[in-house]
This record gives sequence, structure tokens and C-alpha cells, in this order.
Amino acid sequence: MTLFAVIFYVLAIVVLASTLLAIIQRQVVHAIVYLILSFLATALLFYLLGAPFLAVLEVIIYAGAIMVLFLFVVMTVRAEPMRGTRWETLRQWLPAIALGIISLCVAGILIAQVPGSEIGLTAGMATPTAFGRYLFKSYWLPVEIVSFLLLIGLVGTLYLGRQETKPAGEKGENHP
Amino acid sequence: MIVPYGNVLLLAVILFLMGAACAVARRNLLMILIGVEIMLNAAGLAFVAASLKWQGMDGQVFVLFIFAVAASEVAVGLALIVYSQRRTGSMNADDYNRMRG
Repeated sequence: MTLFAVIFYVLAIVVLASTLLAIIQRQVVHAIVYLILSFLATALLFYLLGAPFLAVLEVIIYAGAIMVLFLFVVMTVRAEPMRGTRWETLRQWLPAIALGIISLCVAGILIAQVPGSEIGLTAGMATPTAFGRYLFKSYWLPVEIVSFLLLIGLVGTLYLGRQETKPAGEKGENHP
Repeated sequence: MIVPYGNVLLLAVILFLMGAACAVARRNLLMILIGVEIMLNAAGLAFVAASLKWQGMDGQVFVLFIFAVAASEVAVGLALIVYSQRRTGSMNADDYNRMRG
């Protein structure tokens, strides 16, 4: 077992443990903090698998922007305690866990049977320079479409988040 | 050699199923959105591993697009959650059952 394999398994354990802790927390804030840990470990996995630029983007976008957005929303809205007894919570989790285990068994058998999955990954690295050149040489149109999607998301968020304080009569005003 | 390709794929599958279970079993709207984020992250991990296996950069390009989609999805989703919480005063998915405007 090489050093890279040891690093991979350690990071995999960290990712799985922190994600598991995140999805069973009763408080959303605790779940978000565990999820930041999970995303940081995933960024290290990306770096290990030869994508340093995506590792940086994972830290900036996922662990930074998205999770901070979640935190702001949690601080904005009123906190609600989880309702239901422990038995009701368990009754919600039971079908999800059962179906998940079945899917996991099927996926494990499938991955073990399909040829090519036992081939070891050789260490390589796509430098950010090469990645950027490849992105804008072969995928320039999807980049533009994605930028348009982000613009639509911005407009939709502004529309949904506007204050509804003005009376119904004056519709001409633009500013909130 | 790092690890066999199947191990990375198995890790991505486990992460994806954790996210799916979170999205299905939890009743809080924020936790449902967090489950969707975990699922997208697992898909990105599988894409990066496939990109390394076939020694190309197309998988990494797709992960970049997944990031953009996840960012815009979470922005609109959180705005929707805040909006509906302002309208109905609840963040529990079981309370959204009345179909009034």
C-alpha cells in the first residue's frame, strides 16, 4: 500500500464520518459545520486525484460561498425544534436506510463485476494553465451558457427576496 | 498508483446515498437542500476520478459546470425557502400541504 493509498483511505474515512454526522444532527447549524469539514476533505481528495484547480474551487465555492449562504439563512429564519418523537424520526429514516443499503449492495456488485474498475489510478495532475486552455478551447459555449444560468439565478433570487412592504397601488416604482 | 478506480467509485456511491437519505428522511427544508448538495458533491468526486482514469480533462470541466449549477441552485433554493417561510411561517416540509396561494 503506497502513501497515496493511505492518504486516500484516511480522507475517505474523514469524508464519510463527517457527512454521516452532518445528516443526523438535529440542529442545522451543527450540520453545516460538519459539512464544511466534509467539503474540505473532499477538496483534498480532488487534489489527490489530480485536480488542484477544482480543489481550490471546492474550498471557495462549496465550503466558502454555499455554506456561508446556508449559515446566513439559518441566522435569518426562526429556529424550529424538531417535532415528533424518537420513534417517528426512526420511522422516517428506516425506509431511506433500507433502500440505501440495497442500492449500495447492487452498486458494489456492479463495480466489482464491471471490468476496468480494478485498474489502479496512476497519479497525474492537470495544471490550472492546461485546464484553462482546454476549457476555453473546447467548451467555450457551455461556459457562456453557464454564465447565463448564473445570471438567471441572480435575477430569480433578487425577485424572490424583494420586500413586499409597498401597497398594491403603486406598481411603477422600481426600488424596493 | 493511488487506489483502484472501483474504490473511488464506491466512495462516491456511499456519499451519494447518504445525501439521498438525508434529502428523503429529513423534514427540514434546509436539510433537504443540504442533502442535494451532498449528492452533487459525490457526483463531482466520481467525475474527477473518471477524469484521472481516462487521462483527460473533460471530467474536470464537467465538475466545473456542476459547481456553477450547484451555486445557482442553492441561491434560488434558499431564496425560495426564505420566501415560503415568510409566507407560511414554517420550515417543516409536512406543513406545505394546503395549496393556497
